[in-house]
Amino acid sequence: MNDLALLGFGADGWGDELLSGLWVTVQLAVTTLPLGLLIGFAVAGASLSKNPWLRRFGRAYTTAARGIPELLTLFLVYNGVAILLNAAWRWFDPQSGFVELSPFVAGVVALSVVFGAFAGEVLRGAFQALHPGQVEAGLAVGLSRLDLFWFIKLPQIWRFALPGLGNLWVNLIKDTALVSIIALNDLLRMTNIAVGATKKPFTFFLLACAAYWILSILSEIVLARLETRANRGIRRA
Amino acid sequence: MTLITEYGLALVSGAWLTLKLSGLALLFGACIAMPMAIARSSPRRWLAIPVRIYISFFRGTPMLAQLFLVYFGAGQYRHELQALDLWWLFRDPFYCALLTFILNTAAYQAELLRGGILGVPLGEVEAAKAYGMSAWLRYRLVILPHAYRIAFPALGNEVILLLKGSAIASVVTLFDLMGQTRAIFAKTFDFSIYLWAALLYLVITMLIVRLWRYLEKRINPHLYRQVMVTPAPAAAARGQTT
Repeated sequence: MNDLALLGFGADGWGDELLSGLWVTVQLAVTTLPLGLLIGFAVAGASLSKNPWLRRFGRAYTTAARGIPELLTLFLVYNGVAILLNAAWRWFDPQSGFVELSPFVAGVVALSVVFGAFAGEVLRGAFQALHPGQVEAGLAVGLSRLDLFWFIKLPQIWRFALPGLGNLWVNLIKDTALVSIIALNDLLRMTNIAVGATKKPFTFFLLACAAYWILSILSEIVLARLETRANRGIRRA
Repeated sequence: MTLITEYGLALVSGAWLTLKLSGLALLFGACIAMPMAIARSSPRRWLAIPVRIYISFFRGTPMLAQLFLVYFGAGQYRHELQALDLWWLFRDPFYCALLTFILNTAAYQAELLRGGILGVPLGEVEAAKAYGMSAWLRYRLVILPHAYRIAFPALGNEVILLLKGSAIASVVTLFDLMGQTRAIFAKTFDFSIYLWAALLYLVITMLIVRLWRYLEKRINPHLYRQVMVTPAPAAAARGQTT
């Protein structure tokens, strides 16, 4: 069978299996993004807080989550959270059996933890780049803290944070490949399965790389557009 | 604690393999990255475009997929590689991981160094040209020394990223720090081994951060020199002491 037939759809071809893997990869990244951003905002808030304990927590979190390999974080979450979850479950219901964390949930949690730590640093830098006069002006006209965040801070830090967050998004897409190691049927794992059946490792892994590459390039195009839009009305030096 | 007395040595030997893998990859990668960065910033398109595609590919795809492409993919061309007498290289997981890491970090380092080259003030290059320096001499004496100084902090980030990324070597049967950790967990089911491994990785990355900060002060002393006895008013206003 030639290579093109191997990639076809239907019973003989692997095209549909690979596409389903790609879909899982995209789902993983898209689910992680809002969760990671939420953690990022929380960590940035903690790092900039007036409370020294919160500041210390923010610093410890970013140092640890950025210094540990993503793969190790994934195993920590996959095995560790499962143990915690089981302990908690037993506490409520001693007769219960062993509950297992789904690889998808473990993947989303681990990737969010990592994304949140890096995003926290990006957002902290963006908050610090905001001119203090902006906040003072908001306070002077009597905006509430929420309005201040929503109408003054967010639209402006968005512009500062976008390039950094864009890099993190591309990294996130690439990091999803690690989840294939804990048996989630993402693009890379489906490719592995296809390789096992067809004995064409180079063809299929090259194809997987190409798929990730296309995702990255598409992301970069969209991000460039977003950046142009975020910077509209800003005078360039 | 018995876990550490029993398996501590295995962890340390794993950490050594991690350091060896990433250290060698960074070194060889740096050797490839320099000519690539120069080619990438060249006005000649036939030089710049292939390097641009190379960099985009290696930065746009997961290193794990690249590792699989090298380690498993080579099997598809086994006869050809045996004919070329290169099979020993692709048969060994250590060499495959090393090759992948070299190709990967070369792309990242080239892009960072390109940023450094772009950051060299035009006046310096013009001054070098006015002295009648050849392009070779300009790069050797003016552009590259300054470009490396500019790119130095970013290169430190890449050192840590590669060290962390090297954990995927455990997937192709290598017993680096991550590989040893997974093996010990499979034997003991003791979760705390993951925490010890995390601690070890953290200590290594923190030491690298320290080392890099020290080196940066050594190669960029003009950026860190002590401010004179009476600090300039602007610097004092911003609370700068060093």
